[in-house]
Amino acid sequence: MQKISEEFYNNPLIEHPVECEASNDQLTRETLISSNIKYLVVGVLFGIVFVKGEIISWYRIQEMFRLQAFHMYGVIGTAVVVGIISVWLIKRFKIRTMQGEMVVFHKKEFNWGNVIGGTMFGLGWAITGACPGPLFAQIGSGFLVVIITFLSALVGTWFYGLLRERLPH
Amino acid sequence: MTGVLLGGIVATQFLSDPAPIQISANTVRDLEALHVQVDGNLMPASIFNMDNLFTMKGLIFFVMGGFLVGFGTRYAGGCTSGHSIMGLAGLQWPSLVATCCFMAGGFAMVHIFFPLIMRII
Repeated sequence: MQKISEEFYNNPLIEHPVECEASNDQLTRETLISSNIKYLVVGVLFGIVFVKGEIISWYRIQEMFRLQAFHMYGVIGTAVVVGIISVWLIKRFKIRTMQGEMVVFHKKEFNWGNVIGGTMFGLGWAITGACPGPLFAQIGSGFLVVIITFLSALVGTWFYGLLRERLPH
Repeated sequence: MTGVLLGGIVATQFLSDPAPIQISANTVRDLEALHVQVDGNLMPASIFNMDNLFTMKGLIFFVMGGFLVGFGTRYAGGCTSGHSIMGLAGLQWPSLVATCCFMAGGFAMVHIFFPLIMRII
């Protein structure tokens, strides 16, 4: 399996999907349950960190955009530093996934969506107090009306799919 | 998705800190000037409650806000974790561009549109 996946990744003729921000190139087939348990564990930890770090707080987002506290900049800055070290360690020691596959970092290509979509996301972030992940943690921490925000976000992604060909990229 | 939802429930039900959230005094002052009560919860209950669902507040904060988050994230090719954290960590310049635009959108909302919205509704 390992050998096949290396050949697969080293083959320039195969286009790897880069559409999804967290593109999952896993080749090994797993049963539905075992493949989802690892995400469930990481997701639960992620959710707890979101709530305890108060980064799902609408007030913290306001504070950040008013430059009145270091809190959010500290959280995101620390995450970037941890990310840099993790990526470096994975590349340096060729750390493999649980299935023994290579970890591939996709190079992102610039497109105008980064600018236009990014600005739209920023406007929404400041008003909802949440980016896509924290929406779930907001619901989980008892703000049930955020279910509506989530459904609207889902409609938003659907509309993107509908208009995609006509949008500048 | 389910994991983050469960994490939110676990953190709130079992690991909760009863002390109110400590927001900067300047933010509290600015928000109160816009008639947003700082109530010590994670989110202002005066905005994020079911009763506002079919009002202008609901339309702007939940429906429009959610749409912008969903559409914007897909169009930008990532969100805070994809671009600002993993993208910057991987030293990818398109992610830096996206992150700057996230911030620009947020600053525009908080400093320009949000005061207007709060004046209208």
